[in-house]
Amino acid sequence: MMKSFRGGIHPNDSKSYTADKPVVTAPLPGKAIIPVQQHAGAPCAPIVAKGDLVKKGQLIATTDAFVSANVHASISGKVADIGEYPHPIFGTCTAIVIENDGQDEWVEGLPLKRDWQTLSADEVRKIIREAGIVGMGGATFPTHVKMAPPADKKIDVFILNAAECEPYLTADHRMMLEEGDRIVTGVKIMMKTLGVTKGIVGIEDNKKDSIEAMTKAFAGTGVDVVGLPTKYPQGAEKMLIAVLTGKEVPSGGLPMDVGAVVSNVGTAAAVCDAVTQGIPLIERVTTISGKAIKEPKNILVRVGTTFSDAIDFCGGFVSQPEKIILGGPMMGTAQSTIDLPIIKGTSGILAFAEGEANTGVESPCIRCGRCLDACPMGLNPSMLSILGERDLYHEAKEDYALLDCIECGSCVYTCPAKRNIVQYIKYCKAQSRAQSAAK
Amino acid sequence: MAEEKINKELFNVSISPHIRSKESISKIMWTVNITLLPAALFGAYYFGLNALMVMVVGVLSAVLFEYLVQKIRKKPITIADGSAVLTGLLLTMCLPPTLPPYMAAVGSFIAIVIAKHAMGGLGQNIFNPAHIGRAALMVSWPVAMTTWSSMTTSIDVVSAATPLNMLKQQGYGALIDTFGSAGNMYQAMFLGFRNGSIGETCTVLLILGGLFLIYKGYVNWQVPVIMIATVAVGTWAFGGLKEFGTLFSGDPIFHMMAGGLIIGAFFMATDMVTIPITKKGQIIFALGAGILTVLIRLKGGYPEGVCYAILLMNCLTPLIDRFVQPKKFGVRG
Ligand code: SF4
Ligand code: SF4
Repeated sequence: MMKSFRGGIHPNDSKSYTADKPVVTAPLPGKAIIPVQQHAGAPCAPIVAKGDLVKKGQLIATTDAFVSANVHASISGKVADIGEYPHPIFGTCTAIVIENDGQDEWVEGLPLKRDWQTLSADEVRKIIREAGIVGMGGATFPTHVKMAPPADKKIDVFILNAAECEPYLTADHRMMLEEGDRIVTGVKIMMKTLGVTKGIVGIEDNKKDSIEAMTKAFAGTGVDVVGLPTKYPQGAEKMLIAVLTGKEVPSGGLPMDVGAVVSNVGTAAAVCDAVTQGIPLIERVTTISGKAIKEPKNILVRVGTTFSDAIDFCGGFVSQPEKIILGGPMMGTAQSTIDLPIIKGTSGILAFAEGEANTGVESPCIRCGRCLDACPMGLNPSMLSILGERDLYHEAKEDYALLDCIECGSCVYTCPAKRNIVQYIKYCKAQSRAQSAAK
Repeated sequence: MAEEKINKELFNVSISPHIRSKESISKIMWTVNITLLPAALFGAYYFGLNALMVMVVGVLSAVLFEYLVQKIRKKPITIADGSAVLTGLLLTMCLPPTLPPYMAAVGSFIAIVIAKHAMGGLGQNIFNPAHIGRAALMVSWPVAMTTWSSMTTSIDVVSAATPLNMLKQQGYGALIDTFGSAGNMYQAMFLGFRNGSIGETCTVLLILGGLFLIYKGYVNWQVPVIMIATVAVGTWAFGGLKEFGTLFSGDPIFHMMAGGLIIGAFFMATDMVTIPITKKGQIIFALGAGILTVLIRLKGGYPEGVCYAILLMNCLTPLIDRFVQPKKFGVRG
């Protein structure tokens, strides 16, 4: 048995709804709503105008900022509108709406054929940047930035995060079973670009078939495929690195501070597509699940398809959903509408039926200490929540390491008093950000 | 469900996470109540009707006072969560079996209204409410609070003193004589056939209940183990000093089962609200409570010290919590 990280929880993984369902391709949307920001970093600006005809894979929004990610047309058709549209993360965001012409025609020259082995690291970085690839696990950090660590950070290990520790989500699980070759190529490309020889694939051991498939796929490459104890948040970067390398990313630091670069399964496949075929990131695999969904599925879907189109493809709702969640149930964001586009970081859409969310009424902390036992970061969530309640964010930051919180939700999950600890923590973080900005 | 019946805009929006464990305050409180019940029922059986009345009156009045306080202050009524029941039960299990039942109601009043709600309600109180209730009764009715059942402990000795009283006033020899032999005494104390507070005597049932709480994860085993071990070592080392003049001549087995140590260590030094929140802090707490118990038993004016030892350590809880923090990820040292 592997050494585990401290803390963590064991929620019901609820993956059986979709774990055995092969990825199916969703129909093309009638119109695609494509936000100009789908990533962490600077937003892009549209470079097409209303009325323009665009082809699949065509660059439609870009920027010179380094920490950003290009946006491409995911279908061919006419630009019907450019304006403010609801956005699953930012509330609203400028989006380019493309009306499908039904042709699904590639932009000139795509897809191409390219031998990645002959490319230099800088050429690969450029390709990844142009293709607008971001971390597809949900954090959406631009991949080309990760591929270019500063010279003073020596990278010695590449880690493929295949833990998929969020309950319900099975997109990575299925991809590992079905798209092994693309993942392997993507990993090899990233390792070569980073100049590392050590690669590790970390998979939670509730996905035995994926471990087996990946072990086969990576045979002979020198990359280790490691089964990890199933425990949430195993897929949190810091926990994953600690378990696989024994090194703790220092407080306030990044994986590269301990010589690691972590990337996710979908991202590896996207890198493969971009480098070997020139295909930008315009589609992804995502899990549509939850008890309110008629036929939960893993779907391959174009960016800009709406939640509502995707849910219709899964047979619609069987009951009134109580909650719609973008991402997993532990860290995903609840949505007020389903008229939202699927974007690059949409790892799943969950529609919870009544009672599935199991909320309960919040009461004062009874100091049971469960949240301390559950916190993988070694924080005191009880105290953070109490300080948040009293607006003492300064003390939370200075004395209780507020900023170390990764918002994994383990504390809330385990709290018998049903305290909304993460809510208080997010509030404190926002307050203390606002305060430092005001200075 | 027909498409048009789905309301597509009225979803519940809240901050993550969106799933939670089934654990709840009432589940914890009722579980503790149930684990205490066997020892309480034993007390009712062994000490008789008045003991039963004390417990019934104490529990019902605790619930009633909680209801009234919350009603008057227009707060949500939480009597169903089991915590008022627990306070009433713990309080009365630590009262003499001969106490007039109305005094139990007074104790519940002090525990619930003053020690719990005046301090801000569940989770905010610094002291264990049951212990405050008991301490207040001790001051108000010292005689009633130290009058014990008259009972036959061995073939022909009738006594109205607890074993700890006897030890303090008559010495170890007299204590053994009462039971006939040390073996008899240990057996009686283990099974609960001895004088004392209503619910504190049956060592075996209390330990079984405590083990269940440890198994459920509601109690860290370190707390009762360290507190009891500290008392054992302390009384073994210093317990016989006065009488026999040498170190390590005390009777740790007796001291472990005497007075309210078992119920205190398993059910009161583990009251999550009033003890430190970290495991490390709880270990310090248990050690301190053990040392104070030994000090009071051997040196103090009272024969028993568990209640005051825990109350004193409750005072230190905020301080311990301030200095003992969990080890942070990614921080050296
Ligand atoms: S305090 Fe933050 S890091 Fe710790 S369990 Fe809660 S959400 Fe996770
Ligand atoms: S889990 Fe909840 S009740 Fe327990 S200490 Fe943490 S915040 Fe308080």
